Amino acid sequence: MKLTGAQIIWEILLQQGTEVVFGYPGGAILPTYDALVDYQDRIRHVLVRHEENAALAADAYFRATGKVGVCMATSGPGALNLVTGLANAMMDSSAVVAITGQVASHLVGTDAFQETDVTGVTLPITKHNYLVMSVEELPQALTEAFYIARSGRPGPVLVDICKDAQQKMTDYTPISEVKLRGYRAIKPFPQNIPLLLQRAKELIDQARRPIILAGQGIKHANAHEEFRQFVEKSGIPVATTLLGIGVLSEEHPLNLRMMGMHGEAYVNQAIANADLLIALGMRFDDRVTGNLKTYAKNARVIHVDVDPAEINKNVPADVGIIANLRDVLQQLTPMIEKRTYPHWLEQIAEWRKDTLSHDIMQMPLPEDMLIAPQVMRLIWEATGGNCTICTDVGQHQMWETQYFHHTRKNQLITSGGLGTMGFALPAAIGTKFGRPDEEVWAIAGDGGFQMSIPELATVVQEGLNIKIAIINNNFLGMVRQWQELMHNRRYSAVEMWTPDFVKLAEAYGICGLRANNVKSAREAIATARAHNGPVLIEFVVEKEMNVFPMIQPGKSLNEMTRRPIQPAALGGGFDFLDAQK
Amino acid sequence: MLIDRIEAQKNPTKHTLVAIVENKPGVLNRVASLMRRRNFNIESLAVGTTEDPTVSRMTIVIDASKTNAALVERNLYKLINVIDVQDLSEVPSVVRELALIKVRTEDAKHRGEIKQIADMFQSRVVDVSLNSLIIEVTGEENKVDSMLKVLAEYGILEVVRTGRIAMARG
Ligand SMILES: Cc1ncc(C[n+]2csc(CCOP(=O)(O)OP(=O)(O)O)c2C)c(N)n1
Ligand SMILES: [Mg+2]
Repeated sequence: MKLTGAQIIWEILLQQGTEVVFGYPGGAILPTYDALVDYQDRIRHVLVRHEENAALAADAYFRATGKVGVCMATSGPGALNLVTGLANAMMDSSAVVAITGQVASHLVGTDAFQETDVTGVTLPITKHNYLVMSVEELPQALTEAFYIARSGRPGPVLVDICKDAQQKMTDYTPISEVKLRGYRAIKPFPQNIPLLLQRAKELIDQARRPIILAGQGIKHANAHEEFRQFVEKSGIPVATTLLGIGVLSEEHPLNLRMMGMHGEAYVNQAIANADLLIALGMRFDDRVTGNLKTYAKNARVIHVDVDPAEINKNVPADVGIIANLRDVLQQLTPMIEKRTYPHWLEQIAEWRKDTLSHDIMQMPLPEDMLIAPQVMRLIWEATGGNCTICTDVGQHQMWETQYFHHTRKNQLITSGGLGTMGFALPAAIGTKFGRPDEEVWAIAGDGGFQMSIPELATVVQEGLNIKIAIINNNFLGMVRQWQELMHNRRYSAVEMWTPDFVKLAEAYGICGLRANNVKSAREAIATARAHNGPVLIEFVVEKEMNVFPMIQPGKSLNEMTRRPIQPAALGGGFDFLDAQK
Repeated sequence: MLIDRIEAQKNPTKHTLVAIVENKPGVLNRVASLMRRRNFNIESLAVGTTEDPTVSRMTIVIDASKTNAALVERNLYKLINVIDVQDLSEVPSVVRELALIKVRTEDAKHRGEIKQIADMFQSRVVDVSLNSLIIEVTGEENKVDSMLKVLAEYGILEVVRTGRIAMARG
């Protein structure tokens, strides 16, 4: 079959099962957009308003579906705008294929109009990338790109295609099998897995205070069910990473919930006192460990990950297994004994009780004000937890993890490793395409939302029923918090003027609402849910509240700064603008 | 089986890794970028073709007192174009480096002396001019080092070293 390179691109996307492409056209990708006219009945193209959001939407689409997200951009500025989104996908291991146009092959290297060395720029932030100079190389490169993106530890792959390679014709036969000579997803790392599993079993048998650290790798291996069985048979409590939220219901009695910098105190206390860490598909990020020198000092470590370079990177493993988590759990669960740890769980329950006594939600709150944690609670209550949440980055992101209890599989979609502000709205767009029947909420701060306002137009143009919650504290709240706690409240460039978000929504033809107390917040959420179409709610919240507990940078897990709650003996209550202000 | 060499960090030894890579444009760039991004300290990197034209061979020497060689090895494995990685510090191997050394010569007497030194190191004089000689020496690095030390007496004008290349025995 003789096809142009441009047609081959769409043929391969169809072959790979691509249903939606997030993109933005331009000169060097014109031939591909021309060919799109003949494919748009089979593949939906979503015109974003900035290429970064195409990459972020594709990333979220992968997280929502497990299918490779695809984004497209032109050469030079278009491709460069993808960069932050690709780095986000790299840090959080999202399978994304980015297709970019490049100047014609005879112009490569001449500083031609809109020429940028995009494979050079994206080298450290992609799992792999290709520069396709001729149409003959195209089928191989693009097919491999999909395979590499989704296999092993997923990640973004960029394919930069010269304009003439899109225009020229070649004989095209679909490639059914990908052969990559050295790729580890094909050629596993040499290890004696049965022996390592036996050692892991022995460590588990000996443990008295074990804890499982569950990460996103469980999602990527689609091992939720195997994981639950392992947890229930082993009787070992679970702490999750931020991206691990959603691997096990947070209502499960053994799920202690999120660990790390803003995890609840009892979770970190449990890790600090554990004698065995079973780390599954997580990478001991510094936001999770705090000071490595004092991290879980008395614990042996079992670490399972598909990525060989994660084992022993930050925390040395007594047993390091490089394999697919589903395979490992399927083999390990039958090997271990069914157990319970009454003393250990009692101890954790005691710490938990202490944590709860510090909980904001235990305190009587004035009705005439609104704090961000309440908003999370209200959305949770209103939806019954039956929705997908896409959060932005900052204080609201952490409060969401604390006050929304995630009971459903992969329910939270958030930017973890890169902490990309402006993620929530494009992520909600990508998620809505992946989960069209789902109630999707974007929850963003006033700062992050202002980074993605243009995508409101995409929401409207695509007719997406997305609910948007802006948590407006008129501050870059998380940075303000650090300035308050670590720089003696010398506020520098954190105060934020915001537009009238309700009018802004209306300018886009979106229903806009505002709430500044609990009652109006509850009503706004109900109205938004009843409305069949996009709704934006501005929640005007307490400006200078801090996220606690917090492990300050360089501190250990058991040196958390706790919530400034007054003991009941002193009348109880929560000091919003904590004592030191 | 995978052996971790975190311990190796304590002994300041040089670690030799051999990466067999696909002979494609940009592969050297990928390896170099990896080393820089991960903040790995490399002592030398030698690249060349092999018996198979589709494959190149990189010999990478790491100062194991600064960098965990096992992590370097595993990160190399993650590169799509890397076919195989061998740690030659683990197995008996032949290690060589080639150097060209240009030495100042003031007169015929000097030339004679330097020729003798070259012979003692089983190396060769490959260029002679009025005021200088070029010596070609191959061997392990310490042989090249000691030869340089001896020749320093006469005045070294220029040196080029290839960096270590290595091959497992047998
Ligand atoms: C693109 C980007 N720029 C800067 C930062 C640093 N940063 C982290 S949180 C934060 C404040 C976010 O403010 P806002 O969106 O209002 O959320 P809040 O913390 O107030 O809930 C900033 C600036 C970032 N994470 N991403
Ligand atoms: Mg804010």
